[in-house]
Amino acid sequence: MARAASIQTRIGFTALAWAIALLLFAPILWTILTAFKTEAEAIATSPTFLPREFTLENFGAVQDRSDYFKHAFNSIIFSVGSTLLGLVIGVPAAWAMAFAPTKRTKDVLMWMLSTKMMPAVGVLIPIYLIFRDLRLLDTLHGLTLIMTLINLPIIIWMLYTYFKEIPVDILEAARMDGAELYNEIVHVLVPMAVPGIASTLLLNVILAWNEAFWTITLTSGKAGTLTAFISSFSSPQGLFLAKLSAASLLAIAPILLMGWFSQKQLVRGLTFGAVK
Amino acid sequence: MGSISLSHVKKSFGEVQIIPDISLDIKEGEFVVFVGPSGCGKSTLLRLIAGLEDTTSGTILLDGVDMTKAPPARRGLAMVFQSYALYPHMTVRDNIAFPLKMAKAPKEVIDQKVEYAARTLNLSSYLDRRPRALSGGQRQRVAIGRAIVREPKAFLFDEPLSNLDAALRVNMRLEITELHQQLKTTMIYVTHDQVEAMTMADRIVVLNAGRVEQFGTPLDLYKKPANRFVAGFIGSPRMNFVDGPEAARYNASAIGVRPEHFSLATTPMPGAWKGKVGVAEQLGSDTFLHVHVDGLGLMTIRTDGDQTFGHGDDVYLTPDPARIYRFDAAGLAL
Repeated sequence: MARAASIQTRIGFTALAWAIALLLFAPILWTILTAFKTEAEAIATSPTFLPREFTLENFGAVQDRSDYFKHAFNSIIFSVGSTLLGLVIGVPAAWAMAFAPTKRTKDVLMWMLSTKMMPAVGVLIPIYLIFRDLRLLDTLHGLTLIMTLINLPIIIWMLYTYFKEIPVDILEAARMDGAELYNEIVHVLVPMAVPGIASTLLLNVILAWNEAFWTITLTSGKAGTLTAFISSFSSPQGLFLAKLSAASLLAIAPILLMGWFSQKQLVRGLTFGAVK
Repeated sequence: MGSISLSHVKKSFGEVQIIPDISLDIKEGEFVVFVGPSGCGKSTLLRLIAGLEDTTSGTILLDGVDMTKAPPARRGLAMVFQSYALYPHMTVRDNIAFPLKMAKAPKEVIDQKVEYAARTLNLSSYLDRRPRALSGGQRQRVAIGRAIVREPKAFLFDEPLSNLDAALRVNMRLEITELHQQLKTTMIYVTHDQVEAMTMADRIVVLNAGRVEQFGTPLDLYKKPANRFVAGFIGSPRMNFVDGPEAARYNASAIGVRPEHFSLATTPMPGAWKGKVGVAEQLGSDTFLHVHVDGLGLMTIRTDGDQTFGHGDDVYLTPDPARIYRFDAAGLAL
């Protein structure tokens, strides 16, 4: 068994993996611990690891000041809404590129990806002005729309990769069986691509949930999501580390749990169909 | 119901011309086989009829109605694919019912037709399985069942047996032929296997480089091949060809003799070709001798299985004069 790793090598790699995982998780762990400390303990110059005095008052204060539930509601509508809208547009688009490609399909795909390479701030002013003129500023539907457009290239790319793995024969069989385009997509393509569509959905919900640039710049009070909620606690008037941590914890908890329970789908999503 | 008529159908992919110009009339209820070497355009031609590819020009009539531009769903044809192309997420029952659901048939009708098709095809005990839990032959039967329930104008088969092992292939060949005799629906069957073509077809279309070389009954093709290509393609083992002075004796630029049309002797005969046996393939019922004939090259001879020729034996071959095929310089039969 020449290729079986020796026990030492395996222990070494396991230790390394744990070290990297802990390193990555450390800031999140610190945030969680700080959320349960008092403000004074949070900024103490000789920091404590575990809260000396376990308190929940930060969470109460955060809810009182900024209404967590309103922001959380906005975040859910915004991330799920933009992803679903993106899928409604993305599925037919990816179908066309995967099963009815033209000479320019590859170019279109590359061009779509290239829009992700541009810094978002580069289009901030035009988009801000358009939003102002269309009265979309600080509206949830406006925000959802812009997020859909921003994540659409990723959605289409991911779906395209999954669709390419589906044998075209099966879609042709559906056409021969009398399925018009709508039925072909809804009854044959989508059910076959469920794993791919699920991981696309999960990844894009997470991306939208964590989106801060547009949610902060295009909203003020009404349509703010959880990312705007967190940022409102890092005010110039003074840092309230414990409250900021409590707010952050509240903001990331739902998506963290979702990610935890859907790990398998996510790994598949992030490897972009490379592993079958 | 079920006549198919192609008139000056052409198909190019970009610069590449796959089908230069084909006109073909398939009669109602006929079993027609498209046969030819790989890349001859037979599958493309089938896909044009199915509507899965658009024609570059020309017209396709189904039952006299112009369907050239109609999408596959509207043509009322059913197709069985080489890969079976079953819906993996559906049970056998749902697979067979799918075309009926698309046609918005009432539930009782669907159940009844699915049960009937399953009984006909011996699938009744598998109705609640997924395709991945079936063997190759069962999958192929599901694909056929899905085609039957539609009661199509015609069935299109695209090399449906190539993924099956040899024994199963023979069985399925019989089943499909029997199905045709039961249903009496037009069938078009694409294959590269001339044995399948000969045994199943009412009429065979021999295709080569996108052109129809000959369209006729199996025995027509065997007895009166239109040209050297058809003569060489139909019949197994293939026809032996001789050109040069020996062909000139028969006033032709090439002659062909089928392996079964020789008489064999061990002593010199007037006018016989002398040769040495290379390999003797014994099949039991027949023996195929591969003979190196002096000045003419390697020839295959079919003899009965009791012959005991071996490597290195001298033999004298006399072609049956009534069964010598003559071809001109362009390869056309004389």
